[in-house]
Amino acid sequence: MKRRTLVKASVAAVVAASMQISTAWAENPVLKIGFVGVTSGPAAAWGISNQRSMEARAAWLNEIGGYTIGGTTYDIEIVSFDDQKDPKRAIAGMEKMAQEGIHYVVGPNVDDGAAAVRPVAEANGIMYFPYAFPKELYTAPASNAILGMVANYQSGPAIYKYLMEEKGVKTAAFIAANESDPLSQRDGGVAAATALGIEVVSDSVTYQVDTTDFTPVLTPIMRTRPDLLVLSGVSPANAPQLIRSARELGFQGVISTETAQDASVLREGAGDLANGFISVGGASTPELASDAMREFVERYTTMFGEYNDESNTKVYALEYILETLKANPAALTDVDAFQTTMDTFEAPNPYMVGDAKLRYVGMSSFGQKRQVSVPLVVNVYQDGAFETLFVAQVD
Amino acid sequence: MEQILANGVYLGAQYAMIALGLTLIFALMNVLNFAHGQMYVLGGFVTYTFYGQMGWPFVVALAMSCITLAILGALVERFLFAPVIKRSTRDESTMLLAAAIAFFLDAVVLLVFGEKQRGVPKIVDGVFNYDFRLIMPYDRILICGLAILSIVTFILFMQYSKTGRALRALAQDRTAAQLMGVNVDRYSMVGFALGAMLAGLVGGLLVTITGVNLGMGGPTSIKAFMMVMIGGAGVISGAIAGGVILGFMEAIGLAVLSQYGDITYLLIFVSLMIFLAIRPQGLMGKPWG
Repeated sequence: MKRRTLVKASVAAVVAASMQISTAWAENPVLKIGFVGVTSGPAAAWGISNQRSMEARAAWLNEIGGYTIGGTTYDIEIVSFDDQKDPKRAIAGMEKMAQEGIHYVVGPNVDDGAAAVRPVAEANGIMYFPYAFPKELYTAPASNAILGMVANYQSGPAIYKYLMEEKGVKTAAFIAANESDPLSQRDGGVAAATALGIEVVSDSVTYQVDTTDFTPVLTPIMRTRPDLLVLSGVSPANAPQLIRSARELGFQGVISTETAQDASVLREGAGDLANGFISVGGASTPELASDAMREFVERYTTMFGEYNDESNTKVYALEYILETLKANPAALTDVDAFQTTMDTFEAPNPYMVGDAKLRYVGMSSFGQKRQVSVPLVVNVYQDGAFETLFVAQVD
Repeated sequence: MEQILANGVYLGAQYAMIALGLTLIFALMNVLNFAHGQMYVLGGFVTYTFYGQMGWPFVVALAMSCITLAILGALVERFLFAPVIKRSTRDESTMLLAAAIAFFLDAVVLLVFGEKQRGVPKIVDGVFNYDFRLIMPYDRILICGLAILSIVTFILFMQYSKTGRALRALAQDRTAAQLMGVNVDRYSMVGFALGAMLAGLVGGLLVTITGVNLGMGGPTSIKAFMMVMIGGAGVISGAIAGGVILGFMEAIGLAVLSQYGDITYLLIFVSLMIFLAIRPQGLMGKPWG
């Protein structure tokens, strides 16, 4: 009997405690923001840095009492879905977001996923922020996709021009993984390089995305002896191995990419062989990072044990969503209002020093404002850290 | 040509080592261990932790990978596969269990080691360069040598040790081995531990060349299955042959077909389909299993 009483009391205590927890959670209404992207498999680093950036920022906002939009303070909840880099799963993820009544989603991370979810997003009133570069996603009549970073056709020409002028680059070879994103980035890069007058000596060599040893893959390219080796659309997992193999095969020219990389991954995977490697970075270089950016990095590191340099860029999408909603609370449930607001939206950029602004850009590339404005930072890796080569803006 | 041959030997040696553990487990227990790639990844991360992070000697770190994976393999067999095999005669039960273990290990690796690509300092510096006709970094030559040495040691162990003979008996006929006094339960566990240990060993060896990341497990398992299917499922010599064949096909394809884009694996898969249609049991397997 006593035992039964004890069990009953325990159950009652658990129920009471969980009700208290529910009450505590229910103090603010919840604003759900979605993430559909790749968090497993070889490209997991891309999506995980997205998801963790969002979760770290949401936890920060919730800790300081929530985020106020139109006089109501919300707790931010991140709803995540791993699309495994599979377009079919990306569609399922976007449908799940629609079922949960979510209107703002970050992702997907790759071209085919971003293209696949477009009908679902447009039919269900969802604005989404892909990290994919096809212009059709952002050019009218497409309306609901907003590019979350700088595209390779925006950064590539700037990098090649710099290398021609500063390093005397005259010939280039391109290598890409045999997937839609890297291949399209390679084609864009080849076109940009050719337009600038660089002779492309090799552009047909590709590799399986799960390749782990690149020496056999790179051997034919090395015979063409280019001044510049471009790793088109290379993932952070593959970059150090490609650099290491190229250097070990005797390549002494410049190696570059238009994707974001991680300094610690390069240091561990390629060591000093990665010195001089040029890539596109985010906004937390010492010259640009604000106190808020430094606090974000600290919180992210505390929460997940280790920071990811890619999050320098990926922290922005959630900020843009929330700031735009704050500018026009009607957009909470009406993405047409969001789109209207985008044309004139401007807010202080919390992650950069000076009077930098959050605003939507993309008129030159897409004919409409369908891209977040993040600084185009071109880095060079040197002795374990990135150094800023130059900074530019996309209009 | 010299470069293609060297790349083929190097790739073949590492692929053969990956396939060995998988085929051993299949031979002993008729289990398709879908988690073999994840065990390889875990072995890489253990070496990364002890050698790359804590600065222990590479050999000690490699031994830690072997021990960790052997213990994991023994536990997995004792508490997961053995009970399932006893209670269910359906092959898909163990296949589902293996897939579940693969997902579980992926999640553990993500939680413990994170999502990033990891690498360790080179164990040997320098590059062998023969007139730009044959270029091979010394660490690859060393790892290739160690892989071949490990394979030879494994074959000798299976051939001449008491445990090896018991494992071979178990693989040939489980019931007959039991009637001859072989402790089937014990040697099943030992065999599974040995297979997992081989995955850990190759993971630890290759982390010095390729690094390691969360996503390498699945593709590694697929390649290992290809090698096993080429050589004949459950046949040790077949796994070695399958690894060497795949390594040479890859090396030759990448060198000769590079100007046509990434069609090497397309041709490898087409060849595999045709080959299996003609000889479904693989090179050295028997049609009756």
